[in-house]
Amino acid sequence: MPAPMLKAEGVHKRFGRLEVLCGITLEVGRGEVMCIIGPSGSGKSTFLRAINHLEKINSGRLWVDGELVGYVQRGDKLHELPDKLVAERRAEIGMVFQRFNLFPHKTALENVIEAPRLVRGATKSQAIEEATALLARVGLGDKLASYPSQLSGGQQQRVAIARALAMKPKLMLFDEPTSALDPELVGDVLDVMRGLAADGMTMVVVTHEIGFAREVADKLVFMDGGAIVEAGDPREVLANPQHERTKLFLSKVL
Amino acid sequence: MSAQDPAETRTDDIKAVPVRHPGRWLAAAIVLVILVAIANSMATNKRFGWSIVGQFLFDGRVTSGVLVTIELTLAAQALGIVLGVLLAVMRLSPNPLIASASWIYVWFFRGTPVIVQLIFWYVGIAALYPTINLGIPFGPQFIHIDSNTAITGFVAIVLALGLNEGAYMSEIVRAGIISVDEGQNEAALSLGMTRLQTMRRIVLPQAMRVIIPPTGNEGISMLKTTALAIVAAGTELFSATTNISNVNYQIIPLLIVASLWYLALTSVLYVGQYYLERYYARGSSRELPPTPLQRIRRGVFSVRHDALAMGGIADVSRPHA
Repeated sequence: MPAPMLKAEGVHKRFGRLEVLCGITLEVGRGEVMCIIGPSGSGKSTFLRAINHLEKINSGRLWVDGELVGYVQRGDKLHELPDKLVAERRAEIGMVFQRFNLFPHKTALENVIEAPRLVRGATKSQAIEEATALLARVGLGDKLASYPSQLSGGQQQRVAIARALAMKPKLMLFDEPTSALDPELVGDVLDVMRGLAADGMTMVVVTHEIGFAREVADKLVFMDGGAIVEAGDPREVLANPQHERTKLFLSKVL
Repeated sequence: MSAQDPAETRTDDIKAVPVRHPGRWLAAAIVLVILVAIANSMATNKRFGWSIVGQFLFDGRVTSGVLVTIELTLAAQALGIVLGVLLAVMRLSPNPLIASASWIYVWFFRGTPVIVQLIFWYVGIAALYPTINLGIPFGPQFIHIDSNTAITGFVAIVLALGLNEGAYMSEIVRAGIISVDEGQNEAALSLGMTRLQTMRRIVLPQAMRVIIPPTGNEGISMLKTTALAIVAAGTELFSATTNISNVNYQIIPLLIVASLWYLALTSVLYVGQYYLERYYARGSSRELPPTPLQRIRRGVFSVRHDALAMGGIADVSRPHA
């Protein structure tokens, strides 16, 4: 049996004295979609950022596609990975941010072709061809030459998804991708994400969109205070939460 | 909304009588009188020596001095910018030794007068190190250079102004770098870019919007500071005009010649800065106003002035959000 796409074992993260993650253990299989919900400050985003080593964890282990994140094990010692290898691993993991973080000095097309050209060494014509197809797929085939400031939030987020997909990642991380959007723009972004899930992309999605989680996720994780309170099939967890904290949270957001 | 009879709602353009500003008119009149008085005195006062100004404005010694001034400015400012970027990146390094080395450099070069630094380079280096040896530190040396021949007046002033400028530029570049949103770094890193690629392709181009205006300021300041070369056997503009007036005693006209050239050169820098700022403003949320050239072209082709204004408003594309 192949290794799971993502495996976390006892992941701890401290900021100074503050314990943000206290022992996260979970697995995401290939092609699975995991949604993580929970109140703000529960460590969801920190966990997501740890997966591509934007945050260094203090203890525990993270594996993506069977490879240790950020380190290499020789004997019983962990060695930090050099920056270049960290960058190579990150290139395999797409990430979409709450605030889009598009490059404002580049057009939609330039945003998408930048990393394939720079990191993968793709030729310009090939990168443009693929980027054009990706932008068409997220419904922005007519916005190639627009700068981010000329796009709506929903359009920017879809460009950001296309930008991440251009690296042909094996795992996609979404950090509250619709939280900064006007309500009527959320649907377009979620539609794109539904399409990705249907195409078999492995995804970890931190979200407040309970409906999306119920419909698309294979696994739902409820986090609070840096720990997993409850996890399982989304329909079951949402319909029949076992823990008081889950019930309280769901009663507020549903 | 209060109910209103649509028949009463007037939709034609408002043409109101503007408020009069007698105070402004009076102030403008006073300014005009002062300006005319100044112009009149400059034209009629024989001691300005305008004919001598005209005689020397395009003198060969002056124009070659202008060329040297341009060369000095470009060389020293280029050195300053390269050093500034390097020092700014060093200052932001996680390694404390590298960061403090940059801090000490800035502290030293900002803390001493540039003319002291210039004389130091011009006479001090040759006195301290008669020969410059290049090779492995504490090991064998391969290249030996005689300091007196290597450090000419030109080299001394480029080094002095460039190294001094590096200290100021590093603060400008650092301000630019930290003005770029941290999310840009994260987005670039998460795409698999290295720190260097992120800095070069994502952070610095955005930092340029903050860096360019004060750099234009620095360039203008640099242009004028090259006049200090007069203490290092300079051949630039101010040294050239001073050399002439030392012979013919026409001090005022030659100062005017120098001033006119400096004004002309700084004006060129203004234009350069304007277009650089436009280039790095691309993608910003503000719609760029037309350049003077575009304005002239549109003015020629549009039939009526208010048609132009309407077209201008219709052109502005607004973000949907």
